[in-house]
Amino acid sequence: VENVRLLDRLSSRKAVLGTLYLTATHVIFVENGSETRKETWVLHSQISSIEKQATTATGCPLLIRCKNFQVIQLVIPQERDCHDIYISLIRLARPVKYEELYCFSFNPKLDKEEREQGWKLVDLNEEYNRMGVPNNYWQICDVNRDYGVCDSYPTEVYVPKSATAHIIVGSSKFRSRRRFPALSYYCKGNSASICRSSQPLSGFSARCLEDEQMLQAIRKANPGSDFIYVVDTRPKLNAMANRAAGKGYENEDNYSNIKFQFIGIENIHVMRNSLQKMLEVCELKSPSMSDFLWGLENSGWLKHIKAIMDAGIFIAKAVAEEGVSVLVHCSDGWDRTAQVCSVASLLLDPYYRTMKGLMVLIEKDWVSFGHKFNHRYGNLDGDPKEISPVIDQFIECVWQLMEQFPCAFEFNERFLIHIQHHVYSCQFGNFLCNNQKERRELKIQERTYSLWAHLWKNRAEYLNPLYRSDHSQTQGTLHPQIAPCNFLYKFWSGMYNRFEKGLHPRQSVTDYLMAVKEETQQLEEELEILGERLANLQKSQLGDNKIKNKQQDRSKELGLSTSNNSLANTPQEYCNDLKSFPSRSPSQGDEEDSALILTQDNLKSSDPDLSANSDQESGVEDLSCRSPSGGGCLPSEDSGKDSDEAVFLAG
Amino acid sequence: MLRSSQPLTGPNRKRCREDEALLGTILDEGDRGFIIDTRSAQAAKQARMTGGGTEPKSSYPQWRRLHRPMERGRPLQESFIKLVEACSDPSLSMDRWLGRLESSRWLSHVKAALSTACLAAQCMDREESNVLVHGAEGTDTTLLVTALAQVILDPSCRTLAGFQGLLEREWIEAGHPFHLRCARSASSHARLKQEAPLFLLFLDCVWQLSRQFPFSLEFGEHLLLTLFDNAYASAYGTFLCNSEKERSLCKVKESTHSLWAWLNQPEERQKFLNPLYSHNALVIWPSVEPQSIQLWQGLFLRWIRPSRHLDEAWEEIQRLVKEN
Repeated sequence: VENVRLLDRLSSRKAVLGTLYLTATHVIFVENGSETRKETWVLHSQISSIEKQATTATGCPLLIRCKNFQVIQLVIPQERDCHDIYISLIRLARPVKYEELYCFSFNPKLDKEEREQGWKLVDLNEEYNRMGVPNNYWQICDVNRDYGVCDSYPTEVYVPKSATAHIIVGSSKFRSRRRFPALSYYCKGNSASICRSSQPLSGFSARCLEDEQMLQAIRKANPGSDFIYVVDTRPKLNAMANRAAGKGYENEDNYSNIKFQFIGIENIHVMRNSLQKMLEVCELKSPSMSDFLWGLENSGWLKHIKAIMDAGIFIAKAVAEEGVSVLVHCSDGWDRTAQVCSVASLLLDPYYRTMKGLMVLIEKDWVSFGHKFNHRYGNLDGDPKEISPVIDQFIECVWQLMEQFPCAFEFNERFLIHIQHHVYSCQFGNFLCNNQKERRELKIQERTYSLWAHLWKNRAEYLNPLYRSDHSQTQGTLHPQIAPCNFLYKFWSGMYNRFEKGLHPRQSVTDYLMAVKEETQQLEEELEILGERLANLQKSQLGDNKIKNKQQDRSKELGLSTSNNSLANTPQEYCNDLKSFPSRSPSQGDEEDSALILTQDNLKSSDPDLSANSDQESGVEDLSCRSPSGGGCLPSEDSGKDSDEAVFLAG
Repeated sequence: MLRSSQPLTGPNRKRCREDEALLGTILDEGDRGFIIDTRSAQAAKQARMTGGGTEPKSSYPQWRRLHRPMERGRPLQESFIKLVEACSDPSLSMDRWLGRLESSRWLSHVKAALSTACLAAQCMDREESNVLVHGAEGTDTTLLVTALAQVILDPSCRTLAGFQGLLEREWIEAGHPFHLRCARSASSHARLKQEAPLFLLFLDCVWQLSRQFPFSLEFGEHLLLTLFDNAYASAYGTFLCNSEKERSLCKVKESTHSLWAWLNQPEERQKFLNPLYSHNALVIWPSVEPQSIQLWQGLFLRWIRPSRHLDEAWEEIQRLVKEN
C-alpha cells in the first residue's frame, strides 16, 4: 500500500511517507525518497495487538503494538485499504499452525552440520556434570523416557539416589500435572540442593506415602542438614484456596523434617495486568513526573519484580549460608518456580553470570522443565488468559542485578534485550511449543536454528567491559542488599522504552569501554610483535648498528574520540505536549539481519564511530526536529494549561 | 543571556526609561528577545501588589515573555526534606515507595529546572535570540537557570576549570545567599524561613546531565558531592556569606582558604576527573522525560546504600581507560 505515513509516536507532527508491504512473515515499511530508504521490519510474531483508530481527515490510523514494546503508528490514506491491512494483520499475527512461524522459513545460510552444531552448543548433560552430579547422592533417572510419567518434564531428570522408580511414580501421581520433585541446582560446596515441583494434590487431608518419601529422599541427599525448606511461591490465600480444589500445599505434620514457607508472588493474571498498566504509562503523551511515578506504582510492576527477587534471595541464602536444601513449587511449577529457581541459581553460582551460563540456565530451568512458551508468549493463537510476561520478569531480575553489581556479569544489557526479543520473535526454534515432548514431535532441531548459536557467534556485542572473571564481584554468591532496598529497583527504560531513542543516555559507556578494551589489547599485541622484532634485529645486527626505532602510528586513532563528539543530539521540544524525538541511542534493538527495527540509523550500537557521519547537532539525518523557522514549539507549563503563550514562537 | 531581578513596576505600572533603554541596547532593530520569568504568570502579576511585577509588552515591545514557574523557598526545602525522609524510612514497603518519592515532588523540580534551562538554551542556540532570565529576587531560580543553561550550551563550562569558573560567576559572585540557603539541610527540625536547596537542585541537574552524557563532563559525581558538602559546611571560605559585599566586609579572602585552591592541587584534582571525558564541542540537549530523570542515589542514598560494587565498577572503568 502506497502513501502510508509512519508517525513518530511521540510527536505526531513528524511523519514519514512511504510504502507498506505485507509478507508471509513480516510487515515492512519503506520510506519514500530519502537516500537511505530506511526500512522498518516487524515480525508478525512480534505483534501483540492491532488497533484501528477513528478515521481523520488525514487518513485511517492503525496502531500496532509489539511484544518487544515497539509501538508503530501508521496512517493509511484509504479506509478500505486500512481495513484490509487490519484484517490481514489480525490473521497473520495469529498463526494456527507451527509451520506458519518464521523459524521454519528463516534461512541463515548455514549447512546441516552447522545447524546441528548450533543446537549442541548448550548441553545440559555437561551442565549437570559441571554441577557435580551424578554422585553419591544424586542420580539420573529415565523413568520418564517416553514422557510416560510427566509429559511436561524432560526425558531425563536428576533425583536423589534413594528415590526409587516406585517412589517417583507415586509422587508424580500426587502432584499437579504430575510434576514430581526433581533437581534444579546442586551446590557442590555443601551438598545442598534446589529442587522443583508443582503443588501436591493434598486437598484438606489427603496424603501420599511416596510423595512424603520423595521429600525425605531429598533431605537425605544432603547430609549436612536434617531438614529441608519447602517454599511455596504463591500468596498464602491462593494456596489455601487451592485446597478446596483438591490441591494445596505440604502439611508440616505429614512431612517429616520440613520447614514450610510461603513467599507470595502473584499469579500470571496479576502479572499480565501489571505489565499492561505499566505499558499504558509508557504510552502517555508527555507525562509529568507525577503521572509517571504514580502510574508506575499503580501498576505494581516493580513490587512484583522485587517479590521474585526476594524469593530467589531467600533460597540462595538457605543453600549457601544455612546449607539447607530447598524444594520450590507454585501451582503447576512452570512459572514462578522457574523464575525463582533461576534467580537463586544466578545468585549462587558465578557460572550462570557468564554468557554461556545464562544460556544454559534458561535452557535448563525454562526450556527443559516445560515452561509453556507457546501459551505464555503466543507463538500460536491461543487463550489470551494464558499470556503472561513470566520470562520477561526473570530477564528483568537479571538486569536489576546487573545494575547493582556492574562487574559481576559477563554479558551486557543488550544480551538480555535480544534474548527477550527472540522469545517472541519465533525466528529460532528454542522457544517454541510448551515442552520437550512437543518440540521433539515437531522435530524442531532438524527444521529450525538455535538462538544460542546465533548469539554466541555475535558475542562480542554482548560483552560487559567491566567483567573480569578474577574480580571479587564475580566470585561466589551475590548478596543483594535486603532492606532498605526499594530504591534499588529501577524502571528499565532500556527495555520498555527500547525504541524511544530520545529517552536514553546519548552516549554508550559500554560500547566505548569495549572499544577501549579492544584497542588496548590490539596495542599490546602490536607491542609484543614489535618487541620480538626488536629482539631479532638486535640479534642479527650484532651490536654496533643503530637500531631504527619504529614509531608505531596510532593509526586507528580511536574512532573512540570522534564518536563522542558526534553523539550529541538534537534538542527536545521542551514543552509539555511534545516528547523528545529520536536521536542516537545505544540500545538500538538493531537486531538480526532480517529483523531490522524502527531506527533512523541501522547502525549496530557497537560501531560508535559510524555516528560521526551524521551531523547530530543540527539535525540527525532524517527525523530531525527541523522545526519551522518560527520554532513551532510551545513551551508552557508541564500541566499544559498555558494557552496565552500559544503561538509565541511562531510569530 | 542576561539575568536580573524583577522590574519594580508595582500596582501603578511604573515605567523606567533607563531600564527600557538598557534592554533596548541589547537588541538590534527588528530583533526579538525572550524574557524567561521563573514565576507563574499569576505569581508575577500578584507581585505587582507588593511593588514588583513584570515587563509590560508595551514598554518592552521587542521582548517576548515566557513564564516557567519553578519552585523555590520554603516549598523547595519541604520537598527536599520529604525526599530524604522517604529514602531513610526503613518501614517503607515497595508498593508505597514510588508514591512517597512522587509526593516529595523533588524529581518534578529537577525536570522543571532542566526544562527551563533547556528552553533558555534553545532560545539562544536555535532561535539565536537574546534571553533575559529573572524570577523575583534574581538570586535563586534565576541563577539555577542561567548556570544550567551554560553547562548545556558551552563546552568550556563542562571542564573542571570551566565549571569552577561558572560556579564563581553564576552562584557566588552573582549573590546566591549561601549562608541563608544552606544552613541546616534536611534533618534539622529548625525550619528556617530562608533555607532552600537551590544549589543542591543545580547539582542534581548537573548530575542528570552527567548520566545522560557520560563523556561530556570533565568531572564526575565525586565533585558534585564535594560541592554539596562544602556548601553546607566547609573548611574553606568559598561558600561563606550571602554576597560579595558581605565577603568583603568579613574579609573572607584575607582570612580563609579557597576551596578551589585545594581542589586544583594535582593530587586532589585527579580524584575529581571523569576518566571517560572527551571534549564535546556540541550543545548537549538532555531528555526531560520522566524515565530519563532518575533519583540521584549517590547523594540521597549515600549513607543508606552500600556503594562498594558501584565504586568497584568505577575503579574498573578508570583502570580500563588508564591501561589504554
